[in-house]
Amino acid sequence: MLCCCSFFIICFYFTSCPFLAQQLTPIIPVLGGALFLFVLGTLLRTSFSDPGVLPRATPDEAADLERQIDVANGTKGYRPPPRTKEVVINGQTVKLKYCFTCKIFRPPRASHCSLCDNCVERFDHHCPWVGNCVGRRNYRFFYMFILSLSFLTIFIFAFVITHIILSSYQKGFLTALKESPASVLEVVVCFFSVWSIVGLSGFHTYLISSNQTTNEDIKGSWSSKRGKDNYNPYSSGNIFTNCCVALCGPLPPSLIDRRGFIEADAPQMAPPTNGITMYGATQSQQSHMAATTPLLQQHSSEPVIITSSPENGTSLPARASLTLGGPCSSLPLGQPTPPTSTPSLSCHEATDMLPIHGHALNHTHPLQEQAALHHYLTPEEVPSPPGMLHCGSPLGHSHTVQTSFYNPASQDSLHEDSVRGLVKLSSV
Amino acid sequence: MFHNLQDMQHTASLVTKVFIQRDYSEGTVCRFQTKFPAELDNRIERALLEQTVKTLNSYYVEAEKVGGQSYLEGCLACATAYIVFLCMETRYEKVLKKISGYIQEQNEKIYAPRGLLLTDPIERGMRVLEISVFEDRGSSGSSPSSSMSSCSTAR
Repeated sequence: MLCCCSFFIICFYFTSCPFLAQQLTPIIPVLGGALFLFVLGTLLRTSFSDPGVLPRATPDEAADLERQIDVANGTKGYRPPPRTKEVVINGQTVKLKYCFTCKIFRPPRASHCSLCDNCVERFDHHCPWVGNCVGRRNYRFFYMFILSLSFLTIFIFAFVITHIILSSYQKGFLTALKESPASVLEVVVCFFSVWSIVGLSGFHTYLISSNQTTNEDIKGSWSSKRGKDNYNPYSSGNIFTNCCVALCGPLPPSLIDRRGFIEADAPQMAPPTNGITMYGATQSQQSHMAATTPLLQQHSSEPVIITSSPENGTSLPARASLTLGGPCSSLPLGQPTPPTSTPSLSCHEATDMLPIHGHALNHTHPLQEQAALHHYLTPEEVPSPPGMLHCGSPLGHSHTVQTSFYNPASQDSLHEDSVRGLVKLSSV
Repeated sequence: MFHNLQDMQHTASLVTKVFIQRDYSEGTVCRFQTKFPAELDNRIERALLEQTVKTLNSYYVEAEKVGGQSYLEGCLACATAYIVFLCMETRYEKVLKKISGYIQEQNEKIYAPRGLLLTDPIERGMRVLEISVFEDRGSSGSSPSSSMSSCSTAR
């Protein structure tokens, strides 16, 4: 995505801008540049923020829940049917599902992303273009990204056309085209992009104004077709309020520690810890020092990305500070929604200055299917699972099909469940 | 941390952990159930625990409140390309700090003397309010919950 945009803007700058700057006003390239920088900023922010990952339950919590469920079901020994809990929110009955991978009852609107192998709060969708899930914490950045990209595309489209038209007044249409063939390419690409990106922006604007997630919309959770009394319990009813809440509401801090260091696997006695000791930047120093830190595999996946397997093909660089023992290869992804064992997203704070992956991937968003730009590729940006010790295979989740590349049996039995992606047990 | 844990293990043994789950009846806002867990029946008075949970819930409501201040913060952040967060904390983070302080205070005053320990929900991914139950020895070695983080599991 990044490469595409950059390439495009560079083309624009070299071909049309000099002409336009002379003929019309030099503000055009300046504005274009500013818009491009904004797009870049929001893209980076979306890619590298934690979308609202829910850390996996600690073993104690999981055991407690299991106990409660067993008591409720009266069954033991074999896995009971998918567990759900019903809760009434604003008069609507909402079913909370139990996530077998994360061992929690998912909060309303949360969903488990099979690509990232995490439950994400207010899960919207997993965007391959951005290489990250879009959830509660980065939805606004995502929206600003697609909105600004729409403006940028329209901007470039308009001005390249202007360039061609003005040139053709002076020199004739064909001569103008011959002189800047890149403009033709730009027009064509822009034309198709405009439809898809503006369409996507429009769709998300609708979602924001009705306070729905893409996930809910696709499933028709709150559609009136399901029943007369079906309505969205989260919507405040007012478009303006919904927009404000989605875009300007409070931003909760991250629940995961993405800056802790991965520690070597502790011997059995180490009490398992969950993946969260820090929230927000404010505690980061403490939790670093504390070193009790639950290292999130999320974190550990970063280095893995660097040593991504051949199948993967991506070159997601990772923090130099983290070292790995051999990468776990990601699954060869050939299907539209490849389930992988990847524990995490490439989510780093934008300030971390990690280079971004720059390959073009298809957006799996349904609206995008018509877009000519999007030839379908496998979501290879999915980071390969950490090469570090715990590459637990994600089990249980209904979407997830995991061919283990790493042998769970070799892992500490204590760790097995918790380690599967996000939470890595570490020694205290 | 490790030393603390060892101390804890030496001075008091963990009996069990009680988890107060999230209450989603009001939507996705962070709220914990005020239902009193049966395991704590003879360890602490209902009213005290209820009061703690209610106060925590009110703190979370305050943190997630969508109103003038949060809009202002959001718009300012957007206008400055979120650079402003390098200098200042979000309101949510400020409230979380208050919560942390509150939990610590509650632990010191109320829970530790009864052999209980609250763990800050943020350290459990806001899924549960964990109450560690220690052997009832009066003042078993208690430390502020936030520094205990998640090391109180004894296996």
